[in-house]
Amino acid sequence: MSEGLIGTPVRRLEDAALLTGTARFVDDIEIPGMLECAFVRSPHPHAVIRSINSSAAMELPGVHAVFSYADLAPLLTKNLIPPDNPNLEFAETTKAIVLAEDEVCYVGEIVAIVLADSRYVAEDALTLVEVDYEILPAVSDCRDAIAPDAPRVHRHASNNVVAEFRTEFGDCHAAFANAAHVFNLSLKQHRGSGHPIEGRGIVIEFDAANDGLTAWSSTQGAHRVRNSLVDIFGLDETRVRAATPDVGGGFGSKHIVYPEEVIASGAALLHRCSVKWIEDRREHFLAAIQERDQYWDVEVATDTEGRLMGIRGSMIHDQGAYTLLGFNVPHNASLAVPGPYVLPNYQLDVTIATTNRVGTIPVRGAGYPEGTFTMERIMDLVADELGMGRDEVRRRNLISADMIPYELPLRARDGSTTQYESGDYPACLQKALDGSDFANFPERQAQARNEGRYIGIGLANCTKITGRGPFETGIVRIGPSGQITVHTGAMPMGQGIKTAYAQICADQFGVDPGNVKVIAGDTGTVPMGIGGFGSRQTVTAGSSIHLASIEVREKALKTAAHMLEVSEQDLELSDGEISVKGVPELSVSLSDVAKALSGAVGYPRPKDVPPGLEATVNFLPTGLTYGNGVHVVEVHVDIGTGGVEITRYVVVNDSGRLINPLIAEGQIIGGVAHGIGNSLFEWMGYDETGQPVTTTFAEYLLPTAPVVPNIEIIHHETPSTVNPLGVKGVGEAGVIPAAPAIMSAIEDALKPFGVRISETPISPPQLIQLIQKAQAKH
Amino acid sequence: MSMTPEATDRRSISVTVNGQRHDVDVETRLTLADCLRHRLGLTGTHLGCEHGVCGACTVLVNGNTARSCLMLAVQADGAEIATVEGIASENGEWHPLQKAFHEHHALQCGFCTAGILTSMVEFLQENPDPDEPEVREALSGNICRCTGYQGIVQAVLDAARRLRSPNQESSS
Ligand code: FES
Ligand code: FES
Repeated sequence: MSEGLIGTPVRRLEDAALLTGTARFVDDIEIPGMLECAFVRSPHPHAVIRSINSSAAMELPGVHAVFSYADLAPLLTKNLIPPDNPNLEFAETTKAIVLAEDEVCYVGEIVAIVLADSRYVAEDALTLVEVDYEILPAVSDCRDAIAPDAPRVHRHASNNVVAEFRTEFGDCHAAFANAAHVFNLSLKQHRGSGHPIEGRGIVIEFDAANDGLTAWSSTQGAHRVRNSLVDIFGLDETRVRAATPDVGGGFGSKHIVYPEEVIASGAALLHRCSVKWIEDRREHFLAAIQERDQYWDVEVATDTEGRLMGIRGSMIHDQGAYTLLGFNVPHNASLAVPGPYVLPNYQLDVTIATTNRVGTIPVRGAGYPEGTFTMERIMDLVADELGMGRDEVRRRNLISADMIPYELPLRARDGSTTQYESGDYPACLQKALDGSDFANFPERQAQARNEGRYIGIGLANCTKITGRGPFETGIVRIGPSGQITVHTGAMPMGQGIKTAYAQICADQFGVDPGNVKVIAGDTGTVPMGIGGFGSRQTVTAGSSIHLASIEVREKALKTAAHMLEVSEQDLELSDGEISVKGVPELSVSLSDVAKALSGAVGYPRPKDVPPGLEATVNFLPTGLTYGNGVHVVEVHVDIGTGGVEITRYVVVNDSGRLINPLIAEGQIIGGVAHGIGNSLFEWMGYDETGQPVTTTFAEYLLPTAPVVPNIEIIHHETPSTVNPLGVKGVGEAGVIPAAPAIMSAIEDALKPFGVRISETPISPPQLIQLIQKAQAKH
Repeated sequence: MSMTPEATDRRSISVTVNGQRHDVDVETRLTLADCLRHRLGLTGTHLGCEHGVCGACTVLVNGNTARSCLMLAVQADGAEIATVEGIASENGEWHPLQKAFHEHHALQCGFCTAGILTSMVEFLQENPDPDEPEVREALSGNICRCTGYQGIVQAVLDAARRLRSPNQESSS
């Protein structure tokens, strides 16, 4: 058989349809008789709904229905979208609802749905639905929200604190008492929305015969959609199928089940028709999740050599109006702080505040960018305060290779202990320093400064938890035609995982990956699934598919041995043919084997082999696996305009064994670009009343080709020890250390001014201000 | 608000898309993008922002790029339009840009891809021998959230090489 498909840069199987315009995204689906919908959304950050009058809208030709809470309520088991973790305790008032009963708490919150012949007519009708609002005071900034006299985000709440928690280990009190140095840091961290170029969308195909529906959703979790609809409408699984067409990117924005999806489904059930909702970009700005704001106040204790003794402090997280998923962002952010460093003592008090803004859940990186930013800013601060190299302070604090496996003093979200089971952080750092010619930078910098140019270099490390369980199904099946198919609950959304899975499977059968069909994201073919987030699918689904492929291969060999009347040891499998070693004419094809195993009346079945040439595996990872990375960035700062140009970007990345380096690099580069956006461009603005002020791509800037440099990637492969493929997740690796590395470089460039950067993103005007402020001080 | 006259105004138009003539009766307010996608079934053209910034909806109108989200179908009356479905040659052989995009991993979700391909078809006609900064500049009107542009830039440079010397395979 052809060895070594794993690790080769197979060109993607997904590309052909996408390059020729024959792919099928959700808006490409047309169902006969389908209506389109639009949503009446609150224009106010906070208001009571006094009344809704839809009679004028209903008179518009082409309008079929206008439904508000009162209409949909009889269908709902509860006005609640089930949270990720049913045991999580938090303020009742922030529970995610399907739609507003009598109070709206952010701009964009849904008040009613309009069904019409077309989206054009539905939007016409929106202006005719009269909603009488009583405007209430609102809170926009999460720091203001927790003040005792702040207006309430939800009018019946006693305060605006959703929850509080502490992440800690060791004894900070003693550490700080014995420290040689203590330094303080205040940080404001902001991340906008995921902004996949395809917005959200759903087509509900009403199934009159079954009184059920198929939800074609552009989602990161088809099973989550199915399960939620089952729960919310009290249906059984036979009446609800969720399936994903091609998905035009996710990045967290499509991770949850949204009110729009539920309301459109409810409207379809109520009106007994198919319904399409395709989000426009303004709706994405108003009502798709964001990650938004965190305010950190921390202090660090070190010994005389700059070694960390402790970090302690507090953080306020902006949860938005509703708790749509849980506390993943602030929780992960707090867990990410230690990163690849030996941190003996740690204490962070987190306050999660509700605000009159759309809810926050993880965007690509999921809190890891924030925790990493905090730690890496601390590293730079310590280096500068102690007059030490920014590389040296990191080297001194890294967990050394001989400390791996390194038991983390932190508990994971499920309460289990975790460990860095593999990796070599000092080696990665060294590779990055060598690969970027870090040591010689001061020379280049001095020369540039002589020429009046401000250039700087910065670096940052990170670790990222990947491969979160519990599992993802892999079903491998060979039909009588000989076609190999893989079914999985994992969710493709542009990453190229179908190609990676085809490689994993094809590897066992000696066939071209193009001969393997991967069908994913359809509750009709795989009963269980978790979804695409947290850099988890290559680990979970990849391992399941690998193991299922081995099982099917073994089954095929056993059956062929029976058919050819030889022993299994005498057989070889290549190109989809099983033949007797040295006697190639004595062979059976996988198709023959599949036919034999599908049974025929009156013919004997091969003994000891269960029917069907297929296997299902739900691989359970024995633990999490951590990837790590080092980014080194060079920038040129124009002190006249505040413009930052990234002139070089080197990444060392350890995502364990790579299935397809081409795809892995695509993930890393895309992640870095996202990180550049978070650092320099992407700002989701709200005014003090809670009105969003950046609602187009002209105001909210995504990185474009001229501002993203070529990314130089150096792989470091330490195979994971907790899954059979040795893989670690890679989907979020690129984004995490980008912001601190870039800020470090900008500070380095502006060292003559003594500028310190303590927030993301940083715009040219802000940079000019910082330069002026620093100059005024000197 | 009463029904605006624009909402009901209709007009018959005739457009030639990828060499095929279509006569359609459209509302005057229908965008070219919606006409292509939903009236003519050419769903390869995508909408990413509907306000003229992302470039996903770019098509060629009489050989020039146009944002089909900002153009009305009636404005295209009588025009020759090319969309992603029409980029390959008639025998189905991919355009050098399509081949290079596949080779260089220039797409992930592929939602931005149609608009980038059509934009680059025009760009390479105007500038057959671009350097990297020129390619990046030419791409500045197309947003891709997935790829970080690196593969796209390499693919466009490679496609330019292939177009200049058609007999040569990828020189990457
Ligand atoms: S959809 Fe036309 S430019 Fe974005
Ligand atoms: S490939 Fe997804 S937006 Fe470009």
